[in-house]
Amino acid sequence: MVNYLIKRILMLFPLLLGITLITFTVIHLAPGEPVEMQASMNPKVSAASKARLRELYGLDKPLYVQYGRWISHLAHFDFGRSFAPDNRPVADKIVERIPITLTLNIIALILEFGLAIPIGILAAVHRDTLLDRGISVFVFLGFAVPTFWLALLCMYFFGVKLSWLPISGIHSLGSDKLPFLARYWDMARHLLLPVAIATFGSLAGLSRYMRSTMLEVLSQDYITTARAKGVKERIVIYKHALKNALLPVITLLGFSLPGLIGGSVIFETIFAIPGMGQLFYQGVMGRDYPLVMGILVIGACLTLVGNLLADLCYAFADPRIRHGKA
Amino acid sequence: MTLSRLVTLFLVALQLAGCAKGAPEQQQKVRGPAGPPAYGDTLVTGSIGEPSTLIPVLATDSSSGEISGLVYNGLLRYDKNYQLEGDLATSWDVSPDGLKITFHLRHGVKWHDGHDFTSRDVLYTYRVIIDPKTPTAYSEDFKQVQSARAPDPYTFEVVYAKPFAPALASWGMSILPAHLLEGKDITKSPLARNPIGTGPYVFKQWIPLQKVVLEANPDYWEGKPYLSRYVYRIIPDSSTMYMELKAGGLDEMNLSPVQYQRQTNTREFLSRFNKYRYPASAYTYLGYNLRLPLFQDRRVRQAITCAINKEEIIQGVLLGMGQIAHGPYKPGTWAYKPKVDDFGYDPARAAALLKEAGFTMGSDGVLVKDGKRFSFTIMTNQGNDQRLKCALIIQQRLRSVGIEVKIRVMEWASFINNFIDKGQFEAVLLGWTLGQDPDIYDIWHSSKTAPKELNFIHFKDPEVDRLLVEGRGTFDMEQRKKCYYAIQDILAREQPYTFLYVPDALPVVSARVRGIEPAPAGIFYNLIKWYVPKAEQVN
Repeated sequence: MVNYLIKRILMLFPLLLGITLITFTVIHLAPGEPVEMQASMNPKVSAASKARLRELYGLDKPLYVQYGRWISHLAHFDFGRSFAPDNRPVADKIVERIPITLTLNIIALILEFGLAIPIGILAAVHRDTLLDRGISVFVFLGFAVPTFWLALLCMYFFGVKLSWLPISGIHSLGSDKLPFLARYWDMARHLLLPVAIATFGSLAGLSRYMRSTMLEVLSQDYITTARAKGVKERIVIYKHALKNALLPVITLLGFSLPGLIGGSVIFETIFAIPGMGQLFYQGVMGRDYPLVMGILVIGACLTLVGNLLADLCYAFADPRIRHGKA
Repeated sequence: MTLSRLVTLFLVALQLAGCAKGAPEQQQKVRGPAGPPAYGDTLVTGSIGEPSTLIPVLATDSSSGEISGLVYNGLLRYDKNYQLEGDLATSWDVSPDGLKITFHLRHGVKWHDGHDFTSRDVLYTYRVIIDPKTPTAYSEDFKQVQSARAPDPYTFEVVYAKPFAPALASWGMSILPAHLLEGKDITKSPLARNPIGTGPYVFKQWIPLQKVVLEANPDYWEGKPYLSRYVYRIIPDSSTMYMELKAGGLDEMNLSPVQYQRQTNTREFLSRFNKYRYPASAYTYLGYNLRLPLFQDRRVRQAITCAINKEEIIQGVLLGMGQIAHGPYKPGTWAYKPKVDDFGYDPARAAALLKEAGFTMGSDGVLVKDGKRFSFTIMTNQGNDQRLKCALIIQQRLRSVGIEVKIRVMEWASFINNFIDKGQFEAVLLGWTLGQDPDIYDIWHSSKTAPKELNFIHFKDPEVDRLLVEGRGTFDMEQRKKCYYAIQDILAREQPYTFLYVPDALPVVSARVRGIEPAPAGIFYNLIKWYVPKAEQVN
């Protein structure tokens, strides 16, 4: 087990290096440069000043030199400075966005798992009944409806028509003067719609998955055995079947780890949430290489760590894997 | 979304501005007698994009410009009628040979941190702009300066190598505080996120991607602004912004034509908001690649213009919220020639011109010349719905005279790099935002056709070249006007672009805000005089 762990951790480094190499090359392949984005079609910028800007950003060097420079900075945990006109350290830009994205995503993730798993079980247990079909329709509706459209409708209804909820942003104006609890209440009200809509949209995948693994487990011989020996149906389902059916969910949970720092651009744009999605989108659109690379590296790390954790948890939870492989 | 902002090209004109035929239109319902001007209340305004940096020489986006415009001052500015007036300079003299400009600076102006404003600040600003290490987009105009000096704390002199008329407008550039920046790396200065200026509003707070808060400067030399706070909320989606406006979360925003025409004419809305309408400082055009033999024939370009119904485009795309463009200037500005001999919508004439140019109708309904079908592609950038609609309308009109048009929409960076810069396009549908000085040398002079320069359609006309040089080389308004009038005549005849339309700016402001006086330059020029009567103040 320890050997396995060490092996897996050592594997992460070449993997990460490979990921950065590929992403670095790919974003540089996209046409346009940060200088272009700031200066193209601007009559007041001469070719000479553009060349100067390129030099300033080190874009005049060959790509491998740029990559070498970037990776050596990264080794010192320095993500560099953004190429956007604000020229701020990339780390600062990311750090100021992460809390809100994490908060939103964690709440949504908890809700998603908390709702989708029971829904999936329910659908599996009452397979092919009206309840099962109703659940299917409901979750697929959430999956199919464009979130931006639903978001706009909800904003109009709850925000403009009924004036129950704030429309966008994460704080009301002047909320910084409110007492501690009221400020949290204010923020909770702002997050209610985004979280609810995000969760609604994500129920389908996990609940269907849960339903199918549950059905698979329920058709196994040991379940039949349990039923045959007269175990109560409730215990069959929640004790014998659920345990095994939940195993693959661990993997899914591991996969969701990198997603925690990612945000949906459309979603954040509509709700005016200052999150990672918008930051990344602007980075890509402005060809802000250090920023894009910074976010991708964090994402890559989380993906790798997430996979590792999932595998470890899996091995921990499932003796078959633990003894079989390691 | 945010892209449409990038697409606003001439980023030079920092102020939202615009106007034409005298009095701009205003739809409003004044509720009761307005109380006397009172201090207090907050104006909350919405913006799609977040400012990039609040050091104006480093920024090119409109959000940064809007906020910097309230925090900083330039030496000169344009008044509500587009006339230059003193800002930090009380007056200025141009030497008779047009080479030397002397600015007499205002006494008693203080930076927001209490330091005195002097000519040292102006000299610093000039030096930092021309410093090759400064990543600024604005150095070109200042490179024409031969020498600059500050003989005493309230005089600033610049000498140009040759008379350069756009110089005056260029001194509208925000002046930076020398005492905070001198000897430091401007790109790493904390002022980028915490600016200290001389302007009517003092920077208070910036929460990234949420809001920027400014507070009235009690010591402002023109008097303390009435509105105590100015909050700039960043709301990246325009539908969300509109709902925020309706729910009371915003006091001011720019409406789209659909919102202006179709969604805001309810009694309830009009009792809460005043809508304004005046021409924006921008135009949209269809430009032809003049390196291609097809478009080198002037008659072909004229024919395309005749075949396009500009009025229909304005109705279809802008719901009537705009006017026909005949040339590169905004109607109502001094350089604009009101009556140019432009080509109107006339399909018969289009057909005649094309026939004259040697085209005959092919069997598939598309014109043919020398065995080649008259077919070309209009390219435009992604994210601008109006341009796409415009291209669709043009496509259908040209089809009816026998020209086949394909439309290609592309992401901005690829569009500029792979197509515009390499000359790999046939026709483009784009727009220019207009600066306040009428000098258009960079777009039309034949020397500006290298890759990455702005005369990317390769327009070359010796007469226009001469007039452009003459126009920027004199301070005599009448002489300049003659030059620009003549240029407009030539452009109307040559049709290197088909000038399509000048859209309207459609701002809406909460009805509790008074003191707004629409003028040719729009409504925002006197923001410091806007007020909310005591009885109506909300926060």
